[in-house]
Amino acid sequence: MVERTRGIDLVCHGILILGGLMVCVPIYFAFVVGSHTVSEVLTIPPPWLPGTEFFANVATAWQKGNLGRLFVNSFIVAVGIAGGKIAVSLLSAFAVTYFRFHFRMVAFWAIFVSLMLPVEVRILPTYEAVANVALPLQWLADVAGIEVTLDWNMMNSYGGLILPLIASATATFLFRQFFLTVPEELCEAARIDGCSPLRFFRSILLPLSLSNIAALAIILFLYGWNQYLWPLLFTTDKSMATAVIGLKNLIPQADMEPAWNIAMNAALLVMLPPVVVVVALQRWLVRGLVDSGK
Amino acid sequence: MSTAGLKRAHYKEGWIPLLLLLPQLLVLLLFFFIPALRALSQSFVITDPFGGNFQFVWFDNFRALLASPEYRSSVGVTVWFTLAQNALTIFIALVFAFATDRVVRGRGLYRTVILLPYAIAPVIAGILWAFLFNPYVGPLAFVLKGMGIAWDPNRSGVDAFLLVTLAASWKHICYDYIFLVAALMAVPPSLLEAAAVDGAGPVLRFFKIALPMIGPTIFFLVAMNFVYGFFETFAIVDAVTHGGPGGATMILVYKVYIDGFVHINLGSSAAQSVLMMIFALALTVVQFRYVERNVNYDV
Repeated sequence: MVERTRGIDLVCHGILILGGLMVCVPIYFAFVVGSHTVSEVLTIPPPWLPGTEFFANVATAWQKGNLGRLFVNSFIVAVGIAGGKIAVSLLSAFAVTYFRFHFRMVAFWAIFVSLMLPVEVRILPTYEAVANVALPLQWLADVAGIEVTLDWNMMNSYGGLILPLIASATATFLFRQFFLTVPEELCEAARIDGCSPLRFFRSILLPLSLSNIAALAIILFLYGWNQYLWPLLFTTDKSMATAVIGLKNLIPQADMEPAWNIAMNAALLVMLPPVVVVVALQRWLVRGLVDSGK
Repeated sequence: MSTAGLKRAHYKEGWIPLLLLLPQLLVLLLFFFIPALRALSQSFVITDPFGGNFQFVWFDNFRALLASPEYRSSVGVTVWFTLAQNALTIFIALVFAFATDRVVRGRGLYRTVILLPYAIAPVIAGILWAFLFNPYVGPLAFVLKGMGIAWDPNRSGVDAFLLVTLAASWKHICYDYIFLVAALMAVPPSLLEAAAVDGAGPVLRFFKIALPMIGPTIFFLVAMNFVYGFFETFAIVDAVTHGGPGGATMILVYKVYIDGFVHINLGSSAAQSVLMMIFALALTVVQFRYVERNVNYDV
């Protein structure tokens, strides 16, 4: 702080309090509605203060939305995506920074180019690819004139929910940038001591990367938990859906009972795990975000 | 063989790096490159939805697409939506970041609260706002009605558009905010102090010193906001308006989905995908230029 300026400081506090309110008002009303009965929700004017039915509604939402099962699914998918992305990117980054081989730059660019194909722009063909992973082989067989029917359907499986999302140009790039800052002497010393590449990776590079991995893991967990389009398309079986999809099915549509109390209660439940992660691990999250944006 | 981005002390074992790269490249091949090529090939043919017959039609799908009023209106909606969302998000985030940079007491608490929407899925953000402004049960819609404003996002395209824009911005302000706070903290204090000694107040210092110095960050955030607005707001539209009423919130990503999975118009959907890929490519180039300017490859 360079000088004391009470007026401006007060305005700044005012702005930030306003910002906090802006964030909290929608969440507060979700809580209010989530603690009333349906008939109370439908009164005019709508309730402004919390009611008494919060835990009863939690129980109803949990049971009606099959949230127990869906939370397990979401957890598996989020951890799978985070772990998969990190593992795959660490290995690729290690390969392109510490090895000299033909096609090194080709591999790097192939990964980097994938940045420009977000899932959303190629939903239909990717859908086909997951509905039958063996499709490319089938074409090869057709071209070669071999009479076989190859079918490997990954719909409604954890693999189908996780695998197509685990390639990551951003994470690869992040680890590459980090490896480039690791002192050369470490690798030289390791090689003089007769350390194999994989041993060097496991015993030296991996421990050094732990803080980067942790920061990235948080971001990717949130990314995985909050996935929408992908699980929406790939889970026709309701018991394989994720929590976010289950929540969407609880939203009252025109011809349904307007059970907003249950829906908003479920919304709070589904957002709870990522909110806890963000609040508890904020420092790591901010670091990870700012690093990966660079 | 190029040695850019290669460690001086490196290994030469020929087959290990290929094994290390295999998982990522395999996933990319199966779920990125082959699907992208397939979209490209489908965009040049007309297929009947029940499989079997297809006919090569050159650019007919694109021509039909660009001539269709629905697509043009969707492009317009997307452009206005992303621009409005972008301006709103970055402006509010900048104001919050400036304020956070000034205050000392309670900074951590403010930051935690403003960061919260980062944890919230876009679809949940959509649901929260859809409820607040639901014309039958929403508390804020009730307030609007009390003020004599006829509000109904189910009937009025403008209302639906505003609602989606608000929800999308609410969800994304925190992202810009994190980066702007970090960028403001990185502005060298010596510069600010020198300006203060010369008599520049906090606001003047912000506009004359801090803002130009965080210019690259703002540029990067604008690009990221476009990516967010174009691609990640699918969930908000799906939860709040389903693209309606009358296509008022039919953003391009939602249209690809509707045409591909609901209307099963494969050729048109593929052509739309291809156009979006071209657009995403342009955005990546922009992003990469940012990265290039901020990264020293010879570390």
